[in-house]
Amino acid sequence: MGNGTGIGRVRGLGSARHGAHHWLAQRYTAVGNLLLTLWLLFSLLSLPGLDYESVVGWIANPVVAVPLMLMVVSIFMHLRLGMQVMLEDYVHDKGLAFFSMLVLNFYAFGGAAAGVFAIAKIAFIGVVKP
Amino acid sequence: MARSNSRPLSPHLTIWKWGPAMAVSIMHRVTGNGLATAGALGLIWWLMAAATGPEAYATFVKCATSPIGYLVMIGLSWFFFQHLFSGLRHFVLDMGAGYELRNNKMWSIATFVASLLVTGFVWLTIFGKAL
Repeated sequence: MGNGTGIGRVRGLGSARHGAHHWLAQRYTAVGNLLLTLWLLFSLLSLPGLDYESVVGWIANPVVAVPLMLMVVSIFMHLRLGMQVMLEDYVHDKGLAFFSMLVLNFYAFGGAAAGVFAIAKIAFIGVVKP
Repeated sequence: MARSNSRPLSPHLTIWKWGPAMAVSIMHRVTGNGLATAGALGLIWWLMAAATGPEAYATFVKCATSPIGYLVMIGLSWFFFQHLFSGLRHFVLDMGAGYELRNNKMWSIATFVASLLVTGFVWLTIFGKAL
């Protein structure tokens, strides 16, 4: 394993063939976001109202709950990749960069879990009577 | 990363004359991070409020339809469409097309025109329905 010259390091480690993974995942989730957010937008605009009962009744429908869950997951995957690149560019201190990645991952996974849980609860329980 | 001060840096932001391609590029990052924070938190708030019950949903609606709420929603919707059209431009650039100076400038400007037009159209639809 070379750690002297640049070429030595390259020869020692070689390509893991994962070079484009981040870039591709950003595109896959972008396509997912494009389709699913436009679906949500058109659906919301065509609902009779955006009051509690209309919205919960709409989300409780299985053909709505599933794509809505997929949308939340796609959005949080996409924002995790995007914010990661932004933080890599602007946070130069090594410790702070590590900490910001930690917070970003907690935020991305926490947000996705919260969204999926909320949709699941609506789908299983439906309208809550006060 | 340790950087030697004796070596020159390549020209950076301060030296270039601003153009539409630079504006659309930085706006992609600004809108993306705005949506990733305020937009995503708003989405989760909306879903959580709907899952919690009528009172929580009423609180959400009260905040969202306050003057500041409308300002945030209109701003975020413009951010959304700007990021969307700028993202579509990225797909074209990813395929290796659209780098000719005139085309690149035209499509950069087009993302701003399209995002403003669609944002205006969506809100006219919403306010038109309310009247």
